[in-house]
Amino acid sequence: MKNILILTAVTLLTSGLAGQNAEEILKKVESNVSSDNRIFESTMIIHGTRTNRTITAKTYSVGDKQSFTEYLSPAREQGTKMLKLENQLWIYSPSSDRTIQISGHMLKQSVMGSDLSYEDMMDDRKLTEVYSATVAGEEVIDGRNTWILELTAKVSDVAYYSRKMWIDTERYVPLREELYARSGQLLKRTTLSEVKMIDGRWFPTKIIYKDILKQGDGTEFNITSVKFNQSIPDYIFTKAALKQ
Amino acid sequence: MIKFLLKGLIRDKSRSRLPIIVVSIGVMLTVLMHAYITGFMGDIIETNARFSHGHLKVMTRGYADNMQQIPNDLALVNVSSLTGELNQQFPGVEWSPRIQFGGLIDAPDENGETRSQGPAMGIGLDLLTPGSPEINRLNLEKSLVRGHLPANQGEVLLSEVFSKKLNVNPGDRITFIGSTMYGSMAIYNFILSGTVSMGHEALDRGTIIADIEDVRLALDMDNAAGEILGFLEGGFYLDEIAVEETEKFNSANPGNTDDFTPVMNSLSQQGTMNTYVSMAKSWSAYISLIFIFAMSLVLWNAGLLGGLRRYGEVGIRLAMGEEKDHIYRTMIYESVMIGIAGSAIGTIFGLFFAWLIQRYGIDISGIMKGSSIMMPTVIRARISPVDFYLGFIPGLFSTVIGTMLSGIGIYKRQTARLFKELEA
Repeated sequence: MKNILILTAVTLLTSGLAGQNAEEILKKVESNVSSDNRIFESTMIIHGTRTNRTITAKTYSVGDKQSFTEYLSPAREQGTKMLKLENQLWIYSPSSDRTIQISGHMLKQSVMGSDLSYEDMMDDRKLTEVYSATVAGEEVIDGRNTWILELTAKVSDVAYYSRKMWIDTERYVPLREELYARSGQLLKRTTLSEVKMIDGRWFPTKIIYKDILKQGDGTEFNITSVKFNQSIPDYIFTKAALKQ
Repeated sequence: MIKFLLKGLIRDKSRSRLPIIVVSIGVMLTVLMHAYITGFMGDIIETNARFSHGHLKVMTRGYADNMQQIPNDLALVNVSSLTGELNQQFPGVEWSPRIQFGGLIDAPDENGETRSQGPAMGIGLDLLTPGSPEINRLNLEKSLVRGHLPANQGEVLLSEVFSKKLNVNPGDRITFIGSTMYGSMAIYNFILSGTVSMGHEALDRGTIIADIEDVRLALDMDNAAGEILGFLEGGFYLDEIAVEETEKFNSANPGNTDDFTPVMNSLSQQGTMNTYVSMAKSWSAYISLIFIFAMSLVLWNAGLLGGLRRYGEVGIRLAMGEEKDHIYRTMIYESVMIGIAGSAIGTIFGLFFAWLIQRYGIDISGIMKGSSIMMPTVIRARISPVDFYLGFIPGLFSTVIGTMLSGIGIYKRQTARLFKELEA
């Protein structure tokens, strides 16, 4: 009886510690990848079943509530703009001169044919606000030690019920991530690399997304330039800016 | 002798009028029923062929495997050269590239903001080339309710029900929102040129019909098409011929399992149509056979009764010294004449009523509400060459067989007992 009590106490204590550590790890990850605001330019290479397409864009974002993206190339996508305000998303198409609000099932659609959905772009909330995390183990990825974190949603309005993240133990950036549905079905896998020190923080500049349910070889997202804590004029985050 | 028998039949109405009326009614019902079943079964097949399946369909292997999802990312490319090759290889078949697509139709208000929106299923087909057979194939001119058919690029048709739901009128701008061939979001403006009522519940719910070049622009499908439909010579689906053509085409790439290899499927090789085609074949045959059999029994019985009714007459003729063989033969000749006359009259009336149903149809829209199957709301009969002789099977043969069976009794009559029977 005494042994059982000791064992139970030890189990509770270690699981509590692991939980606490996981939360701390996540907070450190967020301090690396989140910022008050940022402006970045990106190149998205979509490896489709038939062809590869490259799309470049410039994005302005403030916290996790406001974001504005303008697509720069190719010609067909040039001038297409996306605006996210809180939990609303609009897309402007210059060829049709229409601003369409993306909602409901349309949020599940792919962004420009990539392995990212509008829903993925919408959910910029801090992981610690949305998930409870535990450390599930350790693993070495490409010569770097990582913690394996298992995250389970603590709110209902999330796109992915659970996640598995491999966090670099030294630089506190994710190197790999798996996103799961409530049923346990793996939906997406991301691989993050080319981690660089930018403005005093470690930041992955190459992310490969793979939608498991989609054909093709995934989408390569390269951040070609990123600037943190810039001054971004307020008018950028208005619907009027979409047509400019 | 035939002239003598004919005179007898004409003068003695009891021997001709009722049997001819009975045979005519039976034959008329047989012809009418066969034409109706042929029309009903064939109409569903041809409707599906014209709108979505074709008699033959060429698509990529990947597209064919996931046809229900309309995966335009697996569409055929270099369609103009592929169509040219198909025209050379199958000169008797008419080939038409098509793009099926899905998405949302968004109607803007005066500020360009969404006023109304609804899910749509679209068909992109050749509407603008002068003399394109697609307009007739989809019966668009007769289906037009308001406005006009697309005459310029950027003009589209919506189903009347859908246009009312979106509250848009001919001349209004509407926006299509969907996915391009590469998965990007497609936002494309169209001008509504007119509205149509296709007479099919599933199509009338939310259809947009556009010229294929406009759809190519909207969906970034330059010289591409989801499918190339083939229509057999004569305009009717013939399963054996269609399957033969597919074997000829597919044998060119037997081991190629690449997702983008073009493959050809007949209508019966597409989704649930296989079940329907075989069902239509067997049902049509079974229903016709059962009906012909039932009518044969009725007319055989009529022939039998006719023979038995003349028991007394046969007795007198035997008593007067007429040969049994001769009586038997004349009765059969008479039944042949009645059979021919009844079958001819019945066929004429049957064809007339079948023509009425073929021309005007029977409206079943009331029972089709909410249906997702592409079925016509007006059922029409179809007169086929078989209908011109089919009625003679029960009309002539059954009547004659009935008479032959009842006439056997003549040989059992004994001359010695004839007068006794006649006295009674």
